[in-house]
Amino acid sequence: MSEPKANETKKEPVLKAQHLGIIFGGLKAVDDFCLEIGESELVGLIGPNGAGKTTVFNLLTGVYQPTEGSYYLCGEKMNGKKTHQVVAAGIARTFQNIRLFKKLTVLENVKIAMNMYMHYSLASSILRLPRFWKEEADIEEKAYELLDIVHLKDKADFIAENLPYGQQRRLEIARALATGMKLLLLDEPAAGMNPTETAELLDIINVIRDKFHISVLLIEHDMSLVMKICERIQVIDYGVTIASGKPEEIANNPRVIEAYLGKDDEEVALSC
Amino acid sequence: MNVKNPKKHFIAYLINLAGVLVLFFLLMGLFKSNVLGARTAYLMGICTTACYTIVMVTSLNILVGVMGEFSLGHAGFMSVGAYASAIVTNALADAGLPTILLFVIALLVGGVASAITGVLVGIPALRLRGDYLAIVTVAFAEIIRVAFCNFEITGGGRTMSGIAKLSNFYWCFWVTVICVTIMYMFVRSRFGRTVKAIREDYIAASASGVNVTFYKVMTFTFSAFFAGVAGAMYAHYMTAMIPTIFNFNYSAEFLTEVIIGGTGSLTGSIIGAALLSALPELMRQFSTYRMLAYSIVLVLVMIFKPGGIFGTYEFSLTRILKKLLSGELFKGKKKLTDEMGGAAHE
Amino acid sequence: MQLALFIQSVINGLNQGAIYALIALGYTMVYGIIRMINFAHGDFIMVGAYTLFYTIPLMISAGMPAWLAVIVAIAVCVIVGVTVEVVAYRPVRGQGSMTALITALAMSLFLENLAMVLFGANPKSVPAIFTLPTVNFLGATLQTKYLLTFGIGAVIMILLQLFVKKTKLGKAMRAVPQDKEASTLMGIHVNKIITTTFAIGSGLAAVAALMYCSTYPRCTTDMGSMMGLKAFIAAVLGGIGSIPGAMLGGLVVGLIEIFVKVYIAPGWYEAITYGLLIIVLLVKPSGILGKNVGEKV
Repeated sequence: MSEPKANETKKEPVLKAQHLGIIFGGLKAVDDFCLEIGESELVGLIGPNGAGKTTVFNLLTGVYQPTEGSYYLCGEKMNGKKTHQVVAAGIARTFQNIRLFKKLTVLENVKIAMNMYMHYSLASSILRLPRFWKEEADIEEKAYELLDIVHLKDKADFIAENLPYGQQRRLEIARALATGMKLLLLDEPAAGMNPTETAELLDIINVIRDKFHISVLLIEHDMSLVMKICERIQVIDYGVTIASGKPEEIANNPRVIEAYLGKDDEEVALSC
Repeated sequence: MNVKNPKKHFIAYLINLAGVLVLFFLLMGLFKSNVLGARTAYLMGICTTACYTIVMVTSLNILVGVMGEFSLGHAGFMSVGAYASAIVTNALADAGLPTILLFVIALLVGGVASAITGVLVGIPALRLRGDYLAIVTVAFAEIIRVAFCNFEITGGGRTMSGIAKLSNFYWCFWVTVICVTIMYMFVRSRFGRTVKAIREDYIAASASGVNVTFYKVMTFTFSAFFAGVAGAMYAHYMTAMIPTIFNFNYSAEFLTEVIIGGTGSLTGSIIGAALLSALPELMRQFSTYRMLAYSIVLVLVMIFKPGGIFGTYEFSLTRILKKLLSGELFKGKKKLTDEMGGAAHE
Repeated sequence: MQLALFIQSVINGLNQGAIYALIALGYTMVYGIIRMINFAHGDFIMVGAYTLFYTIPLMISAGMPAWLAVIVAIAVCVIVGVTVEVVAYRPVRGQGSMTALITALAMSLFLENLAMVLFGANPKSVPAIFTLPTVNFLGATLQTKYLLTFGIGAVIMILLQLFVKKTKLGKAMRAVPQDKEASTLMGIHVNKIITTTFAIGSGLAAVAALMYCSTYPRCTTDMGSMMGLKAFIAAVLGGIGSIPGAMLGGLVVGLIEIFVKVYIAPGWYEAITYGLLIIVLLVKPSGILGKNVGEKV
């Protein structure tokens, strides 16, 4: 933890999590979680099943309130904010088990995430005042742009649940993009995808970073994907960070190998 | 919906307005011409009943179909509107206001009183979902009923009579048209879209930046407002009422009509409410069997077509006109979406 | 006299509470197993009460004690309960809680209106069931039958608790709500378990009907829905899914109702009960003896 003291001009990191922790019924699901993500940086968060990765996402998006520590988005403290406030501040996410608005159209799914940028009143919607039409038209145009990025423009009028699995994952990304965030949390975006779909996803993630200059925190089990695109990787196990660094460092870290492959159950527990 | 071309929509609105006008003049012609003789007044009564039932059922459908939550206490909101408006019009009786103005005041007072109750009930209750929310709405409606049975100003448990007769069929017709239009516009706006998202997945909705609590309370209040308006229509048409009318069974009746008509389809609500409130009246000898028949139909609908008879289908006059004018030429995007929506719902 | 009134109220409250508790058991068992508010459960009591109305005179004319009619009532209620389950609830199972709730509501309306068609809207007077003496205790006149009601309620609850905890069938009942698929894999016939639950719940409703009719000797077609709602409140208050919770909740609701009626505001006692429900649901939705369950993200 190097504090940016004298250097006042240095920009605040996009995400700064300091010693985050949460206890569920006496069990520390996440403990002393520290992470900094800079602008346009892509960081991977990996760990064995049940290591607490999704809990970290839930902490960072206000689904759970951390019992310890605090986290900042571009210097702004996020503790105590509700999910929608965190999203409005600039952290968006996707879900491990896809959570789309199933019975709504693809276009509507994206438009909903832009609702916080829409301001026409109940009266203008009821009387269909010019403001209603203008905002609706603007939002529709933007929604189509985002759908274009994730290659779903031609599926705009489909009902979300009728899309194939890989496209549903991409729609979730488009919906997250629509919130206009600074930090995107992707929870196993490649889960259940075939190699072609994964390659396409990789392209999309790269396009998004180039186009929107956003930072990404990625949970993924597909190691080849993680090694390929992440600039830094943080590994957690039993809620505790056991390693962090460049992909090649992580790949050769004995503790990481141990956590994934397991040496002996007791020893692993001791080493934590 | 093609939002880039408002003009097209305005034409559609005008066509629908024309359709409503035609319906209005047909009914007016029917009643004024006295074709039905002595039964005219009776039939007008049924149509008036249908009017406030339509507003009740449509407003309940905003909760059940659009927001995906139950209210089993909608009659409670209706009673708030009915009693509040009746108290105010009683107080204004000697002010010498023209009837139409008094009626509008009554409707607004009824709506606003009910909406305020909606906020007060909604803020605590909407923290719950599903079964528990349904039970809590019953509890609130029962508390409202008990309160009206105890307050002196609402008749103290006896019939409150002598309410000014302000509404008749013609006015109720237009009030209903306006109410339904407003609710339709609400559903087809960012508000309706957001509330539907909450229905589909409230966790994903909040992760998309939607303030779930705010939109839920807002929708609940919106719905309560129209229940209050319907209550005001009821009070000033019936001119007498007793709190026990607005009981659990009355609420359940509205819910039944929503479900049979189709959750999420305002068309279904309108047709469902109109038919279900008119049919038993027209077949007087069967009136004891009415709720029995309702319940059987309801179970059958649940087993065989859980989305209700109309599903999420919405009637569109413009669509029909287009089809009539140019055959299959206009099988456009919108229809495709609707059909897919209907299919998805099943 | 103050003390006499107090004792009287306590006994009345316990009597009322025991009736609610018995009904609440039916709600809590069904909700515990399939997460559905069986709105029709209250109407099973109505069915039981009408059965008593018709069978008690037969019992008396046959020279048997009136309360034996409860056996017929139990049989009728079990048949009705199981039929409702198999015909209406089973086909919609797995279609979501909304569908289940509406179906339950529909069955409640159906039973109520069927009773209306069959028996008419006028209340029926049920003949006296127990002819037990009254006892003077500290100046209060106590009905021994009230104590009997309370005793029956307590015994049934204990038996039910033993049944659920100790027997194989009872254990299966507790397993099904945990994981339906796993239960099936363990050789538990899920549908059979659910039907059994309904049978037990409906049987208890018949007993509750007997106790209700011995206190208030009349039956109406709508007696079930409101009483059912209050019993449901009792179940929620005690912690839904919990048998001792239902008993506790029932007694609390019964006592509160009687005390509000006697001491505070007779016209408002129902409002107080509903207010209590709202507060419990908002503060601790899992009830006094229940456990909290959150949704996984």
